[in-house]
Amino acid sequence: MSPAPIIELEEVTRIYPLPAGDVVALDHVSLSIEEGEFVAIMGPSGSGKTTLLNQIGCLDVPTSGRLRIAGREVGQMTDHELTELRLRKIGYIFQRFNLIPLLTAYENVEYPYLMMHRQNDATGWVAGLLASLGIDEALSAHRPAELSGGQQQRVAIARALVNDPSILICDEPTGNLDSRTGTQIMEILSDLNRRGRTIVIVTHDQTVAEYADRVITIRDGRPS
Amino acid sequence: MRRGSIIFQLAVRNIRLNLLRSLLAALGIVIGVIAIAAMGMMGANMTLMVKDQMSEMGNVLTVTHDAGTDGGGGPGGGPPGMSRASNDDEDDSYITESQFRAIRSAVGSNGTVYTVHSTNDRFSAGTRDGRATVYGLDPDVIPRILNLSDGAYPKGESGALVGASLAERFNLTLGSRLSLGDEDEGTHTIRVVGIVEERGMSFDLSTDMAVILPEKAYTSFYGNEEQYNQVNVILRDIDSADATSTSITERLNAKKRQVRVSDASRMLESITSTIGTMTTFVMAIAGISLLVAAVSIFNVMMMSVTERVREIGIMRSLGTQKTEILKMFLYESAVLGVTGSLIGAAGSFGIGYLVVVSLLGSADHFFEPQSLVYLPLAMLVGTAICILSGLYPSWRAAKLDPIEALRAE
Ligand SMILES: Nc1ncnc2c1ncn2[C@@H]1O[C@H](COP(=O)(O)OP(=O)(O)OP(=O)(O)O)[C@@H](O)[C@H]1O
Ligand SMILES: [Mg+2]
Repeated sequence: MSPAPIIELEEVTRIYPLPAGDVVALDHVSLSIEEGEFVAIMGPSGSGKTTLLNQIGCLDVPTSGRLRIAGREVGQMTDHELTELRLRKIGYIFQRFNLIPLLTAYENVEYPYLMMHRQNDATGWVAGLLASLGIDEALSAHRPAELSGGQQQRVAIARALVNDPSILICDEPTGNLDSRTGTQIMEILSDLNRRGRTIVIVTHDQTVAEYADRVITIRDGRPS
Repeated sequence: MRRGSIIFQLAVRNIRLNLLRSLLAALGIVIGVIAIAAMGMMGANMTLMVKDQMSEMGNVLTVTHDAGTDGGGGPGGGPPGMSRASNDDEDDSYITESQFRAIRSAVGSNGTVYTVHSTNDRFSAGTRDGRATVYGLDPDVIPRILNLSDGAYPKGESGALVGASLAERFNLTLGSRLSLGDEDEGTHTIRVVGIVEERGMSFDLSTDMAVILPEKAYTSFYGNEEQYNQVNVILRDIDSADATSTSITERLNAKKRQVRVSDASRMLESITSTIGTMTTFVMAIAGISLLVAAVSIFNVMMMSVTERVREIGIMRSLGTQKTEILKMFLYESAVLGVTGSLIGAAGSFGIGYLVVVSLLGSADHFFEPQSLVYLPLAMLVGTAICILSGLYPSWRAAKLDPIEALRAE
């Protein structure tokens, strides 16, 4: 018997209540993702890809249905527990990089480390992580606004990895990059997957989807 | 660096990023702190100066006849009708010669005791008429309690002293003649032999608008020999005021209330409490400027939260707890408050000094703790106001939904 999936959705529905009427962004979605899988989510704009990813990433909770991450039921968690889960178990990589503009590249990567360990990294782990992604010491001292898109995304990947999460969540990580840089980023993610990390990636790009073990296509809030 | 300090760093860096805006908001706090501290220090200095002045006459006790005959209730205990009746009594109630002797022996070597006759009478000087207090004092005592600005102490029965203000108002000079009383009941003419130095409002004798006669001259005209309106005690040592006062009342009031002993402290109490009320009121008005500052801090904090919604979303997605977000914005308002208050305190030092010197004419007490305490006090209020103003914006930031915040531009 195989171990329980690391991500498990049962009839997950997410409704955004709006004045003009409720928007059903996810409509009774059931799916499971095994540990170590590389899954791509595709579908037209507005189909609910980001909404699904936010559920998996514990940024949001289902309106109804059950969602289990690493064996834990998310729907019943307090905001504090959800935040703690995000800090320890999940790494995020966004299309817009989402680095904190007031912090240097190094500080951005160290930030989740500080939140978790409550003290600075004295082991050189942060610097090593940055170096392995091609960000040297000089670049580490720059603020995000002074870095190229590709450099920012590498810093963001380093940040996503700093607390050694079991799941990496990527929402169009190559969407703002040229194809050569995009390929480099995909090579990095693919390498991380080979070393055992579960990766869920949203993309519009067929060549990106080819890195995945499995592609889930959703339309109008339902996988098809 | 600890976890808290990166959050603090973010707050400080955001202030630096919006330095001009932040400084302008803090300026309100600076002004508010200066206003409150300066007003507080002025009140404190005023109180200290009044205490100084009062302590100069703090060595005097006055003893007057006490009309309360039944020793039971204290003063003001009876119904209004009764107290009026006893006031009427007081008009012709005097300290007798034997009471005076008793007072003198009760005081013993603690001080000098002298009697005071006083009344209020009409007088005319040349072509002008007026009213004045007339005192009758022992000629041996006069030189010990009154200083002259001109002339000499009276020797004969017709010589008199006049107060400085009276002399000025009625053009009285040495040798001027003065008729006391009116035509119908007979007048008594005296000659001015000396002008008493200005003494200001005083507790024992108010001589500025008075005529001072030797005791014999007074009694020959007004009668009341061996009946005194008041007995004054000049103490050798201020600290013996309570003991002396007690010994007088014990001796004279044991069986029946006969006299009332007063010292300057009760007057001081009422004056300082009046100044205190006034100071509180003025400080409250100054506090309005802090209210205006609070609004501008609130405004800047709301702007800061609005601008950083996306950043808050990122921080939340990375596993930052709500409380950390709350702290980050509270730190920001606290830094504004502490900075504004520190600058304000430095400013208060200079401006407070100027206000005290220009309004009170002296900074003798400026550096005393009672006055300087308003610096930390105003700083505390300024900082507290800032943090309070930041409370709502910080709470708004903390309760932002992570996905909504991440969607922001
Ligand atoms: N916070 C929200 N409030 C209201 N409606 C929302 C919200 N987020 C998403 N929606 C709606 O839910 C639906 C799915 O949105 P979602 O962002 O998941 O789409 P998507 O597949 O990621 O699209 P895209 O490819 O353009 O990023 C859309 O109709 C969208 O308008
Ligand atoms: Mg999307």
